[in-house]
Amino acid sequence: MISAFFIFNQKGEVLISRLYRTDLKRSIADVFRIQVVSNTDVRSPIITLGSTSFFHVRINNLYVVAVTKCNANAALVFEFCYRFISIAKSYFGKVDEEAVKNNFVLIYELVDEICDFGYPQNSEADTLKSYITTESVMSSNIAPEESSRITVQATGATSWRRGDVKYKKNEAFVDVVETVNLSMSAKGTTLRADVDGHILMRAYLSGTPECKFGLNDKLVIDKNERGTADAVELDDCRFHQCVKLNEFDSDRTISFIPPDGEFELMRYRATSNVKLPLKVIPSVTEIGTTQVQYVITVKTNFSNKLSATNVVLKIPTPLNTTNVDCKVANGKAKYVPAENVVVWKIPRIQGGQEVTFSAHAELTSTTTRQVWARPPIDVDFQVLMFTASGLIVRFLKVFEKSNYQSIKWVRYLTKASGSYQIRF
Amino acid sequence: MSGFRGPPRKGENYELSADLNSEYREKRKDAIKKVIANMTVQKDVSGLFPDVLKNMQTDDLEQKKLVYLYLMNYAKTQPELVILAVNTFVKDTDDPNPLVRALAIRTMGMLRAEKILDYICDPLNKCLRDDNPYVRKTAALCVAKLYDLKPELVIENGFLETLQDMVADSNPMVVANTVAALSDIHAAAVLAGSSTDTFHITSTILNKLLVALNECSEWGRVEILSALARYETTDERESEHICERVVPQFQHANASVVLAAVKVIMIHMRHVKSENLNKQMIRKMAPPLVTLLSNPPEVQWVALRNVNLLLQKRPDLLQNEMRVFFCKYNDPLYVKVEKLDIMVRLAGEGNVDALLSELKEYASEVDVDFVRRSIKAIGQTAIKIDAAAERCVNVLLELIGTRVSYVVQEAVVVMKDIFRKYPSTYEGVIPTLCANLDELDEPEAKASLIWIIGEYARKIDNADELLGIFVDTFTEESYPVQLQTLTAVVKLFLQKPDGSQGLVQRVLNTATKDCDSPDVRDRAYIYWRLLSTDPGAAKAVVLAHRPPISLPRTTVSPQLLEELLGEVSSLASVYHKPEETFVGRGRIGIDTVQKKGVELADDRAAAQKALQTVAIGQQAENLLDFSDADGAEDGQQPSGLAATTMLTSTPAAANLLAGTSSNPLDDLVSIFGNASLSAPTVQPQSAALGGFGLGGAPSPLPPQTPSVLQAASPPTQQSGQEDLLGLF
Repeated sequence: MISAFFIFNQKGEVLISRLYRTDLKRSIADVFRIQVVSNTDVRSPIITLGSTSFFHVRINNLYVVAVTKCNANAALVFEFCYRFISIAKSYFGKVDEEAVKNNFVLIYELVDEICDFGYPQNSEADTLKSYITTESVMSSNIAPEESSRITVQATGATSWRRGDVKYKKNEAFVDVVETVNLSMSAKGTTLRADVDGHILMRAYLSGTPECKFGLNDKLVIDKNERGTADAVELDDCRFHQCVKLNEFDSDRTISFIPPDGEFELMRYRATSNVKLPLKVIPSVTEIGTTQVQYVITVKTNFSNKLSATNVVLKIPTPLNTTNVDCKVANGKAKYVPAENVVVWKIPRIQGGQEVTFSAHAELTSTTTRQVWARPPIDVDFQVLMFTASGLIVRFLKVFEKSNYQSIKWVRYLTKASGSYQIRF
Repeated sequence: MSGFRGPPRKGENYELSADLNSEYREKRKDAIKKVIANMTVQKDVSGLFPDVLKNMQTDDLEQKKLVYLYLMNYAKTQPELVILAVNTFVKDTDDPNPLVRALAIRTMGMLRAEKILDYICDPLNKCLRDDNPYVRKTAALCVAKLYDLKPELVIENGFLETLQDMVADSNPMVVANTVAALSDIHAAAVLAGSSTDTFHITSTILNKLLVALNECSEWGRVEILSALARYETTDERESEHICERVVPQFQHANASVVLAAVKVIMIHMRHVKSENLNKQMIRKMAPPLVTLLSNPPEVQWVALRNVNLLLQKRPDLLQNEMRVFFCKYNDPLYVKVEKLDIMVRLAGEGNVDALLSELKEYASEVDVDFVRRSIKAIGQTAIKIDAAAERCVNVLLELIGTRVSYVVQEAVVVMKDIFRKYPSTYEGVIPTLCANLDELDEPEAKASLIWIIGEYARKIDNADELLGIFVDTFTEESYPVQLQTLTAVVKLFLQKPDGSQGLVQRVLNTATKDCDSPDVRDRAYIYWRLLSTDPGAAKAVVLAHRPPISLPRTTVSPQLLEELLGEVSSLASVYHKPEETFVGRGRIGIDTVQKKGVELADDRAAAQKALQTVAIGQQAENLLDFSDADGAEDGQQPSGLAATTMLTSTPAAANLLAGTSSNPLDDLVSIFGNASLSAPTVQPQSAALGGFGLGGAPSPLPPQTPSVLQAASPPTQQSGQEDLLGLF
C-alpha cells in the first residue's frame, strides 16, 4: 500500500514528507525530484523505477505524491491524493505552496489521521474537523465522553454524522448542478453531448433523519405510472457513501441518513435528449495568409423567462496574430495574445435572444507555412433554473423520530466550464 | 542527559535545543515545530532527540503528535534513548481519551527500534480489546506493523488469532482494518516464503465480510472487496451470491470502490455458468465504467487502462459507447492515447464514420505524437473493418494533401499496412504516395514507400527511376531502408527484367561489398545466388503470395489477460504487465533495480514493446496456423496442399519454420525421406536458401517460409523442381 506521502513545490522542494511504512527512506524524495519535477517531458502520472512507483497529482503549483513499493491499487492511490486535496481545500480554502507552508503542522496531523500504515482511514472532512482543529486542543479539556463520542462516530456505521445535531429550523437545500459536455463538429453536427450532474445538498436537520429522495428517473416512473412524458433516462448514478446502495440496486429508491451540512449526495450522467442551452454558429474564414474573418452567433435555446449569465467565449486565433479588431453589440471582447484567443464576455443573455460577434484578425507573414490547427471555441456559461437533461426533483421526504416539519428548497443550475466545445 | 553526547555549541540546532528546554510552553512548542520543519527538508536534527523527548509528556495533543512524528523518524537512530519514551507510551495507552490511546498505539508500531518492540505487546493486547472501536481499528493495523518488524512476536502473542476473531467485530470499520491487516500480513508471509495461509477466508468469514461491505467507509470497502476477490468459492451458487451482493457497489462515488467491485465480479463470474447472468452483469458494469471518465485525468487514465483490458476479454462490454471516448481538446496526452486505442477497439461498421471524422480532426492537432497515433488508428480501423477500408484510404489521402511532413510520413507507413491487408486494391493511390517521395526523411516512412514501390513495380512506370534514387544513396540510408531497397529492386527485376538489370546488379554489388550490416549483406547474397541459380525459383520465392495481416484482438497473452483481470485497478493492470516485472522480490531497494527500471520508466514504450512481442507471436501463429483454405487458394496443384500438411507434421519442418535448424538442407532431405535421395542436389539447396532468406526476422514483411514451399508452382518451374514436387 502507500509507503510514503509527499508534497513538493514547483522547484522540487519537499514541503511535507510522511513515511507510512518502513520500506522507504526519506531520501526517496530526491528520486522524484530528479525523475519528475526536473523532467520537462513527463507523460504519465505514474512513474515506476525499480519496484518503487510514484503517483503524482498536480494542483496549482504543487505536486501531491504518493509512493508505493508493491502492486498497489492505482485507483485508490489517486483517489486518496484527490481526497487529501479536497480535505485541504475545506480546511484552508485553497491549496497552494503558501497554504501548505502556513499550515504544515495541521497537514501533518491530517495525513497522520487519514492514512495509517498506508491504508486510508476515515477521510470525511466534516468528521475530521470535529477532532483535528486549527486551535490546539488540550486533551485534559475535552471530557472523555466527548472524545469517545467523536471516535465512535468516526468509526460508526454512519461515520459521516454526529448523533446530537439540533436545529431550531429544520431545512434542507438541494442544488442540482449540471455540467454540459459538448463537442460540436465544424459541420454543426453534435459529436458528443452529455450531462454530468451533481446533486449537492445542504442539510440542516435535527436528530438522525431518514431521507427519501425522488427524481423523475425514467426507470422508476415507467414502473409506477406509465406514459408520463417528462421522465429522464439516467445512464448511471453514483452516490455518497450515506446512500444505501443495495436499496437502490433493488428498486432504485434513494434513501439515506445525510451528513450534517453540505455534501454531494449523488452524481449522474445523462446522454439522451440533452437540451443544449446555447447554440453557437461560427463562421471563420481565412483570407489568404494574412487575415482571418470571424462571424460568430450565439442563440439561447430556452424560455425567455430564464437567462444565461457569465457567458464567456474563448475564440482561438492563429499563433501569428498581431491584432484583432472586434465588433460586438453585447458584452466585451478582448484579444489575449498570451493565450492566442479572443475572450468575449457577455454578462447576460435572455432566453430566445441572439447575439453576434464579428472580428477581423491580422496575421504577420511567417516563413514556415504551418497549417493552423483551429482549436475549438470554448464556451462557459450558467443558466439558473434549467436542467439540460430535463431532470426534476420530485420529492424529498424526511422522517425523524420527533416528527418535525422541515422546509426543503430546490435549485437548478446548468453550466459549462471548459467542456462546451465547438469546432469550426 | 544531553551531556554525554555534547550538544552543538552554536548554530540553529543549538538555539533550538535551548528553546526546547525553555520554561515557556509556547516557546517550546514553536521550537518543536521548527524541528519538524527542518526534518521535512532533510536537515539533520537527530542531535536534538533528548530535548524533543522531554516535551513528550503534555496535555497538548498537537504537541504530542509533533513529538511522536519526530520519534517515528529518529527512533531507529537513537535506540538507547527511545526506551525513555516507552513509559509515556504505555501510560498513554491507558489514557481515558480514546484519541490519545489510539495515537499512542499507532505511533508505537511505527518506532523502528528493536528494544521498544518487547514493550509493545501488552499495550497492544489491551488495545485490541478496547471498548472503543476507534482504538480497536488502530490496534488492528498495529499488528500488521509489528509483523512487518518482528513476525515472531505476533505469532508468539497470538495476535493472529485475535485478529481472526476481530473479523466478526460489530463495528464495520474495525472489520475493514482487520481485513487490511490480515491481508497485509498474508502478503508479507507469502513474500517471506511461508506456505501456510495466514488469512484463510472461510464461508463464515465471507458472510461477515458481505455484511460489513455495505456499512463501512469507502476505503474499507476496497479492502473488503479485495479480500472477496481472494475467496475461492465452493460452488456456482456461492459465486452468484457474491456477484449479486457486490453489484450495488458499482454505484459508489469513489472510483476505487467501483473498480474493486469490477475486479470481484470479473473473478467470480468465471464460475458462473449461466450465460444470462453473465450478460446481465456485463450490462450493469458498462455505465459505471463510462462514468469513471468524469473523474480527474489520473483516475480516468487508470480506468481507461482497465477498460482496455476488460474489452479484450469482453468485446461486447461497451458496444454503443464509443462517443464517450472521443478526446477532449484539453485532455492530457496520456488520456488521449488510451482513448484512441479504446475507440479502435470499439469500432464497428455502425460507428466507423463518426470515428473517422474524429480521427481526421485529431490529425490536425498540435501534439506530434498524438497526431501520429491518430493516423495509426486510421490504419488500424481500415485493417479491422473491411467495409470501411476505402473511406479510411480517402481520409489518409486528404491528410497527405495537407503536406505537413510528419502527417505525410505517418500516412505512408499506414498505407503500406493497408496494402498488406488488401493487396492490389488501392493501386490508384500509389501515384499520390510517390509524389511525396522528397518529403520523406524518416527511415520507417521511406522503407514503407519503397516496399510499396517494390510490391507494385509492375504497375508503376518509373519504378526503376524511383528506386534508382535510393540505390544511389544506398550506403547513407539506415538499415531498414537498405533492406527494403534491396528487396524492392529484386522484386522490380523479377517483374520487369528488361531495363532493371543494371539496377539490380548495382544494388547487389553495393550491398555485398560496401555494407557493414550482416543482415543486409546476407540478404543480398541470398538474392544474388537465388537469381543466378534459378530465376524461376527466385520469382516463386520472392513474389509469392503472403497471408494478409490482421489486427490482434488482444495485446497480452490469454493467460496474462486472465491474471490481469484478477487484479483490476492495480499497477499491474495499468501497465498491462505481470506484477513480478516491476515489484522486486523481497522488496529490493531502488538502486539495485534501477537499471531494470529504465525500460519501465516510460511505460508507453513498454506497452508498445509488449505489443510488438505479441505481434511477433501472432505472426508466428499465422505461420503455423497456415490454413488449408489458404493453401487451396494459392497452390492450384494438390501437391501444394499436401506439402503444407506434411510439413507441419514433421518435426524437422517445425525446426525449419522456427529457423533454428543449423543445416536446412539436411532438414529438407529428412522431410522428403529416402525418396529424395534421387533428387538433384542443386534444387533443394535453392529452395532451402529461399526459405532461409525470407524467414529473415528484421524484414517488416510477414515470414513467407510456408508460402514458398506451398506455392512453388509457377509455370517457369524447371524440371528439377518438378521432380521435387513430384515426390509428394
